[in-house]
Amino acid sequence: MRRGQASSIFSVIALLSSCTGPQTAFDAAGVEAQRVLALFWVLLTGAVAIWLLVIGLSYYATKGDPAKHSEKTGLRLIIWGGCVFPTVVLAALLFWGLKMMPELRRPADGPTIAVAGERFWWRVAYDVDGDPGAVRNLPQGGVPSANEIWIPVNKRSEILLGSPDVIHSFWVPSLAGKMDAIPGRVNRLILEPTELGIFNGACAEFCGTAHAQMGLRVVVASEEDFARYVRAQAEPAAVDESVGLSLFLQNGCGGCHSVRGTPADGDVGPDLTHVASRRTIAAGLLPMTEENLAAFIAAPDHLKPGVEMPAFGVLPDAEIEQISEWLGSLE
Amino acid sequence: MQIFGKTQDNLWTLIAAPTIWAFHFLFCYFLAAYQCAPNADPFTRIGGTRLAIGVVTVVCLVLIGLIVRRSWREWRVDGGGTRNNQDTPEARERFLEFSTLLLAGLSFTAVIFETMPVLLIGDCR
Ligand code: HEC
Ligand SMILES: [Cu+2]
Repeated sequence: MRRGQASSIFSVIALLSSCTGPQTAFDAAGVEAQRVLALFWVLLTGAVAIWLLVIGLSYYATKGDPAKHSEKTGLRLIIWGGCVFPTVVLAALLFWGLKMMPELRRPADGPTIAVAGERFWWRVAYDVDGDPGAVRNLPQGGVPSANEIWIPVNKRSEILLGSPDVIHSFWVPSLAGKMDAIPGRVNRLILEPTELGIFNGACAEFCGTAHAQMGLRVVVASEEDFARYVRAQAEPAAVDESVGLSLFLQNGCGGCHSVRGTPADGDVGPDLTHVASRRTIAAGLLPMTEENLAAFIAAPDHLKPGVEMPAFGVLPDAEIEQISEWLGSLE
Repeated sequence: MQIFGKTQDNLWTLIAAPTIWAFHFLFCYFLAAYQCAPNADPFTRIGGTRLAIGVVTVVCLVLIGLIVRRSWREWRVDGGGTRNNQDTPEARERFLEFSTLLLAGLSFTAVIFETMPVLLIGDCR
């Protein structure tokens, strides 16, 4: 008993501690998340109140003396408490929720960013002219990036979501609800952050082996910083004649990855032109360091089972290190 | 007051109202999906769709209203009452009438709930 109590207290504390941080709907930092959170608290409070009322009534019905009321009173209780009250409450909640929807989805006044969920990472493109739905696939072009999305604070950014393979779902709990990324359809999601910060996102629709490791980061920046960031991402890579670059090209990495400013122009995996400017590699899996880059290149499937990049463990360690060092310089 | 005569209630009159509810649900669902699934322009107003749903809703509500009225009257013929656990034709009749009334009331409310989106949302967002 003692131990059971202790462990249940412990799990409550563990649960509560997940109520703050970069990936929780309880720590709302965006307009939609705040609205949904308000809805949640109202629903929860109401549900608890109604639950207490019903339990109290059933206690009274079994332990008290309900027989002293007339049948008419009972009938009245059923009609008002069992029919009218729930109907009115549900109608009010429905009204509230329905009213919220078009408001949250009204046109954006910030940048349009195309995001494709791909097994098992996120392809990002800034500055696309988006026309949600008019096309069945995401608009092409724009400034390519991956797994880290910058958006300006207090602006309504339009995220256009698509997918070339299976259904994924884009979810940044602190900012907004989820939205599916569906092949053959473009969905739009408005992100309107109200606080600066870095937030975690995740794929919220099972999409394959590495689904649980398909994360992302959202960086909420000031408008100037955002503009500066996108301008920097649009630049080609700062390449030199390093051994890393030639090894990268020799080993065929360029068949899948682009590094703008070099002959590497693959389109299968993430754009690596400014890979070192990101905070993480492999879709939010590991912090961006040269050691992690080397570990990932040598055995991606070891860190991320099911990943769609072949392992390059056959290469000599020294070569992998040189490649990683070079990639680590691509800010 | 006995207008429709007795022993006219059966399983069909019982499920009439929920059937109208089901029809209304499918009608709204299909029409809205037909209009919005192409996803061509989420901001174009869909007045025609809303109007069509409005008209069908009124028709459905009138029909369900008639069912409410009929079952109410039939039920009140011998004074209403909710006891239906005897093995008699009257109890069976009363059971059917009262159930019809409750189901019709539920269907009426449900049809109104199903119509609320078109009152509050004017496009395909
Ligand atoms: C068959 C195509 C393919 C080849 C060849 C390939 N990669 Fe990848 N690479 C991918 C894919 C797909 C991902 C995304 C993996 C994920 O996170 O799910 C990836 C991810 C990466 C990442 C992490 C990028 C990020 O921002 O998260 C790095 C770094 C990387 N690859 C480096 C290399 C290097 C170096 C080589 C050559 C030695 C190489 N890749 C060869 C497909 C490939
Ligand atoms: Cu996914």
